[in-house]
Amino acid sequence: MPGFWINMGPQHPMTHGLWNMKVQVDGETITDARPEIGYLHRGYEKIMEVREFQKNVVLTDRLCYVSSITWSHAYCLAVEKMMGIEVPVRGQWIRVVSLELQRIASHLMWLASYGPDLGFLTGLLWALRERELFLDLIQLMSGARMNQNYPRVGGVRNDLPENFAAMCQRSIEHFLLKMEEYEKVFHDSKVFHMRTEGVGLLSAADAINWGVTGPNLRACGVNVDLRRLDPYETYEEIDFEPQVWHDGGAGDSYARFVVRFNELRESCKIVLQALEKMPKAGAYRAKPPRRAEGEGYAKTEDSRGEALFYVIGDGDDRPYRVKIRSPVFSTMAATPLILRGNKLADVVAILGSVDVCVGEMDK
Amino acid sequence: MSVSAAEPVPRVSGRPVAGIEKEILAQLVVALGSKLKKAETVRAGLVHGFIDRKDLVAVATYLKVTLGFEHLACVTAVDWKDRFECVYHIENYYNGCMVEIHADVPYDDPRIASLVPLWNAANFHEREAWDLMGIEFDGHPDLRRILLPDDFKFHPLRKDFAQEVDRQYISRRKIRGGK
Repeated sequence: MPGFWINMGPQHPMTHGLWNMKVQVDGETITDARPEIGYLHRGYEKIMEVREFQKNVVLTDRLCYVSSITWSHAYCLAVEKMMGIEVPVRGQWIRVVSLELQRIASHLMWLASYGPDLGFLTGLLWALRERELFLDLIQLMSGARMNQNYPRVGGVRNDLPENFAAMCQRSIEHFLLKMEEYEKVFHDSKVFHMRTEGVGLLSAADAINWGVTGPNLRACGVNVDLRRLDPYETYEEIDFEPQVWHDGGAGDSYARFVVRFNELRESCKIVLQALEKMPKAGAYRAKPPRRAEGEGYAKTEDSRGEALFYVIGDGDDRPYRVKIRSPVFSTMAATPLILRGNKLADVVAILGSVDVCVGEMDK
Repeated sequence: MSVSAAEPVPRVSGRPVAGIEKEILAQLVVALGSKLKKAETVRAGLVHGFIDRKDLVAVATYLKVTLGFEHLACVTAVDWKDRFECVYHIENYYNGCMVEIHADVPYDDPRIASLVPLWNAANFHEREAWDLMGIEFDGHPDLRRILLPDDFKFHPLRKDFAQEVDRQYISRRKIRGGK
């Protein structure tokens, strides 16, 4: 029965949110797919035009509720570029620490949702257990587990708490031990390899042409990490290796898994280095001007890819226009390409590996 | 599997090239000449170019084919009340340079050429610009609303789409007894 459309969503365990993937099947094989998004559209770009620059941070936190700090930071960075202010050095280092802690928490949330996608419920329980470690650290730092409202235009809200480096050290040491257990469970599992290897292929040329960014692009073997390609904050001074899939071939679900999984370790390294290298005292926040005119953009390496904010000010204390470029929004355009030719039973395994966050996709 | 390898994988260093923005600007000015109304470097790795909407495809083709700008990051539409402006962020993965192309679009005839033939990434972004700002992209394969429902009648990001602009808080000035 060719041309038979199936709705996977808007209420489906695969979606991890509210969106609809229509797939056209011929027997068991997918011949076409069409993502339908917008169920969670909250009109952020419009709302932000009537709020002061700083107050928009509350909104950008909720763009992706599992990766709040990275999104608020991208917005603050764009506003700083527009206003032309410089964050004090210690503020930049604190930002790096918070960004990487948030990236770990976000990737662990992805791991937690990817496990059940493959029928592996232990993955959910383990990853959420370890995610609490990092949410606790973030709570120590900012006062909240989620939606922290931590970055400020010009710096961060507060200094690090006392003894924070030691606490990070302890949590990360514990986490790295757990990572070895994860490796045994995921990498050494034959079933896991069978479900992910050679499934959901995306070539590097296609990925670039369709605007796929972040870990999904690096899984295709393209060495693009904006922390290296367009260094912001103090990433230039940190010694880390962007995680790229080197084993050749087009990026499949397994490559995407490996890249994200290795990024967890890399982020741990960055956090420890940053805590060591940062100046032990000093200003962490600059005072931004109340009104600003001009335009600025900032692109950062978000947990899911390239986050780009384009902010225009017209001399008022509110932005004239804010444009949010969400990596998932662009990746979603390429999902039909990834899905075509695969089996219907693999849709969940493929879209889980892409790491969809509906909040930032629908804005 | 539907994997095509129509284009070769670009060489990627993963590192920015210092001073690249001046070089790119010089190349743009030489090759495009009168098509650029204004062009300038803003900061390291960022070039601004202002063009007319009829030159968009020529400029974008030159950027992609000759200069190797392979990544279309973002398509933005801005409502300046008397005109629209489409802003394209086009990025080079090899040297980390970003070119920001500003194309003017008249208010009474909001249409501009689509960049989907060059970058498929433009597909969703142009649909979003049509949905929220009402810019029509000529040559787009599937120009439907994307975030809002199909039967929605307005383009809400336009400045004449009313929204509550009164401040929803008591200002510090007011607390101190001012207006």
